[in-house]
Parts: sequence; structure tokens; C-alpha cells
Amino acid sequence: MKTDISKQGLDVKWKDMTVGASIVCAGGAVDFMTGEWRVDTPKFIEDKCKQCLLCVPVCPDSCIPVVDGKRADFDFDHCKGCGICAKACPFGAIEMRRGEK
Amino acid sequence: MAKQIRERLSGNEAVATAIRQINPDVMAAFPITPSTEIPQFVSSYVANGLIDTEFVPVESEHSAMSATIGASAAGARAMTATSSAGLALMWEELHIASSDRLPVVLALVNRALSGPININADHSDGMGAKDCGWIQLYSEDNQEAYDNMCMAFRISEKVKLPVMVCQDGFITSHAVQNIILNEDQDVKDFVGTYQPEDYLLNAENPMAAGPYSVTQYYMEARRGVAQAMRDSKETIIAVSKEYGEKFGRTYGYFEEYCMDDAEYAIVIMGSAAGAAKDACDKLRAEGKKVGVLKLRVYRPFPAEEIAAALKNVKAIAAMDRAESFSGNSGPMSCELRAALFSAKQTPDVLSLIYGLGGRDITVEDMEKIYEDLMNGNFECKELPYRYVNVRE
Amino acid sequence: MSDYNFKEFMSRPDRLTPGHRMCAGCGATIALRNVMKAIKPEDHAVICNATSCMEVSTFTYPYSSWKDSYIHNAFENAAATCGGVEAAYNALKKRGKLDDSFKFIAVGGDGGTYDIGFQSLSGAMERNHDMVYVCYDNEAYMNTGIQRSSATPMFADTTTTPAGKVSDGKPQNRKDITEVIAAHRVPYVAQTTFLGNFSDLHKKAEKAIYTKGACFLTILAPCPRGWRYEAENIMDVCKAAVDTCFWPMYEVENGEKWTLTYEPKKKLPIEDFLRLQGRFKHLLKPGKEEEVAMLQAEVDRRWEALLKKCSL
Repeated sequence: MKTDISKQGLDVKWKDMTVGASIVCAGGAVDFMTGEWRVDTPKFIEDKCKQCLLCVPVCPDSCIPVVDGKRADFDFDHCKGCGICAKACPFGAIEMRRGEK
Repeated sequence: MAKQIRERLSGNEAVATAIRQINPDVMAAFPITPSTEIPQFVSSYVANGLIDTEFVPVESEHSAMSATIGASAAGARAMTATSSAGLALMWEELHIASSDRLPVVLALVNRALSGPININADHSDGMGAKDCGWIQLYSEDNQEAYDNMCMAFRISEKVKLPVMVCQDGFITSHAVQNIILNEDQDVKDFVGTYQPEDYLLNAENPMAAGPYSVTQYYMEARRGVAQAMRDSKETIIAVSKEYGEKFGRTYGYFEEYCMDDAEYAIVIMGSAAGAAKDACDKLRAEGKKVGVLKLRVYRPFPAEEIAAALKNVKAIAAMDRAESFSGNSGPMSCELRAALFSAKQTPDVLSLIYGLGGRDITVEDMEKIYEDLMNGNFECKELPYRYVNVRE
Repeated sequence: MSDYNFKEFMSRPDRLTPGHRMCAGCGATIALRNVMKAIKPEDHAVICNATSCMEVSTFTYPYSSWKDSYIHNAFENAAATCGGVEAAYNALKKRGKLDDSFKFIAVGGDGGTYDIGFQSLSGAMERNHDMVYVCYDNEAYMNTGIQRSSATPMFADTTTTPAGKVSDGKPQNRKDITEVIAAHRVPYVAQTTFLGNFSDLHKKAEKAIYTKGACFLTILAPCPRGWRYEAENIMDVCKAAVDTCFWPMYEVENGEKWTLTYEPKKKLPIEDFLRLQGRFKHLLKPGKEEEVAMLQAEVDRRWEALLKKCSL
């Protein structure tokens, strides 16, 4: 049975926790917003992008969505701003904005 | 009542026979004396096409329990067997099996823990695992080991806690006794098929098991296991009752032998209960009001029921086949005293350690213990409890 | 494999979702995300994860970052647990209780693989379970705070081999786990890291996942905290590891057929790898030339031996 993880918050009572603490909600972590951790923020400059997709595999947080074979803008709900993508881009299509949320 | 088959089997073969009849999906095991024969028998059943269990011949007991946990979480009926150091090596995993609420079954053939290394019977392995969230059923003889194994998956799958079926190394595991077996199909029907609600191999609803739990969840998770253990009491009795109705052998939390009017009782678990019963018979013939309370279910500990069964008893010998080095007495003895205290009963309790590493205990030893109870001889030297048959 | 297509791989939905709590710039997640891309979208998988950063951060109750089924058991037994899951799969398939096709992937860090989980790993490889064991190797016990492991290179500064007045860091050479597992003569063993468009990693992951039997992947997965470099420089660190031949990229089929999958155009000196990382800072000071030469000699010795195996 699918787990409603919205009911498994930090105030959940013991009787309401899942049996064996197992969770039937694959990928439910998307509800956890790691974007709040960001100190620096990447800016996608679409004009410069050649859609080589070299920025896609390097992202530790799967924050560069690929739609119809092309990268879209960042998933800022989760991007932690590590900057790997900006360095991996051969075309200067990603700029890191330092200190910008 | 279902048809029964008369046989002569060792305890290991009796347990292996039950496993053959159950035909579990997966068994992972690593050999260790005196339980080695169980995986050997199962392997031979597989090799001869009697069962189609996936037997995983792992490289250690830790991996045996790890693979069993993996298989059980995956949705299979899974089990293992071990003894002594093997169970000790599994210790970490025992907690994980119960925390994950997995219905795995372990056939434990009780043996002394090192050191010094010793291959013979005592309960130090099982007692070392008493606080891991496992149901523990102790068996006096081959028949009980077989019957407990036939019931184990039913209990385990109902309450979602792992079950350990224990018998004494060599004394019952290797000694051939008369036994009554159930028909193969009757056991299969009794055990039924296993279909968990959530499991890893469910492609529709992938499951994640064994999370990292921050402090805010950990106590709640443990609380759930504690309740499951408490609630398992009802299931253990219900399954045992159904088993009794079908096969004619009914078991409770414990066996009360001549306890109706007993004033002096030995409380004991496992094979040595036989010697206690013989001594009891002998003294009863002399008109002595003695009895035996033989524990079958050690986890959950049936504290209220034990206290009620002992409410008219004047003196008790609490006999542990394991040391716990608490400086006070063996593990069962401590829990028995606590149970009596909670029930506001104050009989004299003589705590005894016996049979470590396979040390013999005889009917005469048991008679002597009864005599001490009847004579009010509770004297202990150096320790507040006694060792039976140790050279002073 | 022959029909590998980078764009198609990148278009596959992620099976490791965001929302995990790994550090910004973590190499382990880059490794696993890309391994998971190699599972065909129509196939299912069960991931068996050893206790590690990856485990505590990707399945923190109640949030799972895995789109597939996932089990964490303990630190030292990801391989044994995975073997049990695979045995269950075989049993349920045999008994007609399961139709779907599953792949089995065990995941451990270098601690869970080279060290505490080594026995369980060796056993599972020898039994040849149909599974892939993926070691994300960040060359120390990062989850507990950067203690040395048997994967830590000589002279690395860790919290249990600190460089100090009379110490140059870890005194011993690193264990070569890939060769050790290759000696199990399992169907497929490979070593890789992050390079360019990851085609080396993707192809090896696909081959490992779709080769029957026990397969093993070691992926050098730098840890910015433990190695002490700026997180954004990870690709430079990996490139230097490969081009100095500190981390050769190769594969071994059935313990016999050794193939180098990348040969640097010019083999660079080990300093080019060391100078990118704070954990080797003490080695680049004057007076440590001998130590650097020792490290270089060890890299050369292993590289030459590997070349011999690959030319057979």
C-alpha cells in the first residue's frame, strides 16, 4: 500500500508510523527541498547553450531536466549550487551567481 | 484429527523434515556444530528434487542472516539455521530483522558460546539473543522442536516478527527419539501460502526498507516493535491451539507438570526439563508436593502467566542453562524474580546455573534440588546463586 | 554496448531523484545516478545499499530518493543482502509468483566494499549471484568523518592518518579492489570514473547490469570535503586521476580478458593529481620529494603491470 509520506512528519505518533519503518513511496524525496541549502546559484544562459548535454551527467542532484532531448532550466527546488555544471559547460552557458539564492 | 506418522528421528532431522514439508522459498545457511545437519538435510532435499527452495550456501552466519533478511524483504518466505558463535555473529542482523518487521524463522540448536570454545549444549547463545525483538520458542525434545517449527511461520507472518525455534545441541539435535510427524500436505495446509502486502519485488509499488531514522522517529519505531512483541502472545496461543486441534499436540507459554497443588517447583527450559520431571515423579510417589514449570515461550516473556502458575508455590528453583554475569543470577531467573515481584508474590527463589557447555545434569541432581527447596536450604557461597555440578 | 547513445541515456528519467541530503557536489551521487541511467526504462531494480553517506542521505525516513525498490540492511552486508534478494527473485519466478524482470544492484562506499563488507562481497561474487556490486570509491570513510580506509592512497592526510610533525599521512599503499574481484573470475569487472560525457561509465554500467552473473564496478567518486578541493572542480580531479594513471580505466571479462578503455595521450606526473587536493598539501612542500617519488613509483609499477595484462 502506498505510503502517504505527508503523514509521516516529525510529529507522527508511534502507532501511525509505517510497519518496520518501510516506505512505499518511491522517489518521495522530491518533497524534500534541498534548494534551500544553496549559497551560489547557477544561471542558465539559453542563447549560449548548444544542447551538448555535458552538464547533465555531472549534476549530483539530477537538477537539469532533459525534455525532448534538450536541457531545460534548473530544478531550483533541489539544486544545491555546487557549480560543477558551470565548469563542465564548454560554451559558457551556465554562470554561477555567487552569494545569490 | 489429521493422520499422523510414527517415526524415529534426531532433533535436527525432525526440524529439517518440517522445513521439507513447509518448502520455504529461500534458506541461507552456514554450517556450525551442532546445527550443521539442518542445512545438510535441506540441501539433500533440494538435490533430490523433494523441495524447490533456493538454498544459498553463504560464507558466514552474518551473511546467512543478511541474505535471509534480503529474501524476506523481497517477498519470500525465508529462513536459516545456526548455533552458538553463528548466532552471535548474526547479532546485529537479529535486531534488523525485527526492526524491519520481517517474518523470518531461525532454527537454533543451542550451544555454548566461546570461550573457552565448546561445542555442547547450553543456552548462552539463545539468551544472548533474547533482547533482539525475536520470538523465542524453546523445545524439550524432538517432538517439540518439530511442532514448534511447523508453527513458526504461522506466528511470524501474522505478527510480523521473526521467530527462533530452539532445541538443545546434541541432547536433542543428535539423539534419535520416537516422534509423531504430520502428513506433508497437512503441514502445507496449516502453514498456508505467504503473500506480504509490501515487498521489494513488487514492481507496481516499489518499497524502501531499512531507513536512516533521526531521533524523532527512532523511539516511535522501537515502540512499535515492543507492542508487536506484546501482542504476539495472543497469536502464539491461537496458533498453538489450532495446531493442537488439528494434530493433537497443544502447547502453551509453558508446560505445568504436576503444578496443580505443587508447593515446590523447578522452573526450567529445554531438554533438562525431562530430568526434572523424572525427579518430580519420584518425589510425587513419596507424596511430596513438587512440580515443574517448563518454559516454552521465553520471548515474549509471559510474566503474569508464570506468576499466576506459581502463586501457591512456597519455594522455586530457577534454573538457567546460561550465565549472564550480572553477579546476581542467570537471565531467566532475574526475569522470574521480577515477574513474582510485580505480582506481589514472595516465595523463596533459589537461582541455579546448570549444564553449561554440555555438563550433565541428572535426575538425582534434580531430586537434590527439590530436597533443598523442601528443607529451606537456600544457602549460597561467594555468589548469591549456585552452580550445579561445578567442582568446588 | 554497440547501440549506446549519450543523448538517449540522458533523456531517460532519473531513477535517483533529487531531495537527497548528500553534500553539494558529492561524487557518490554522480556515480550512482549515472549507473542507474543504464537500467532500461522498462526494467525494474532492487538496490541494496551498505551503510554509508549514500544510505543515510538517500533514505532518511520517510523520504526515499530511489524510484526502484531499495533496502538498507547494515554496513558489511550489501552483497549478501543482494544475494538474498536475488535468491528470492529466483524462487518466486520459479514458482510462478512473479512476472516482472528485475535487476539487482548492491551499492557500497570503499569502507563497505574494500574493508568491512569485503567478506560478504567476496562470498557473493564467488556464488555468482546475478547482480552488480557498485563501489563508489572516495578513498576514505567519509560518513564517519574522513578516516583512512584500505582504499586511501599512500600519504593521504585523513583523520586517522593525519599528517603531522613526524607523519606524512597514511603509511601504506592502497588495496586494488578491482584486481582482487577480477581474481574471483566473475563474468565482468570494471573500473571507471567521471570523464567527458561519461560514456565510459555508462557503457560499463550497462554491460555490468546486462551481463548474467556477478559483476563489479569500482567508480572513483571524489569527495570535496574529504579530498579538500572546491566542489566545482570534480571533473578536473577525475581527469587528473586518469591522466596521471593513478586511476586507470579498464575492464576484465571472466578474469581473463583485460582491456584498457582509456589511454592518456600523455601520462602526467602524479603531482598533477596531488596538487588539486588539500589532503596531499603536506607532500608538496620542499623536502618531500622522496615521498612524491615513492608515490610516483607505485603508480608506475601498477600501470606497467596493468598494461601487461591488457596486452595479453
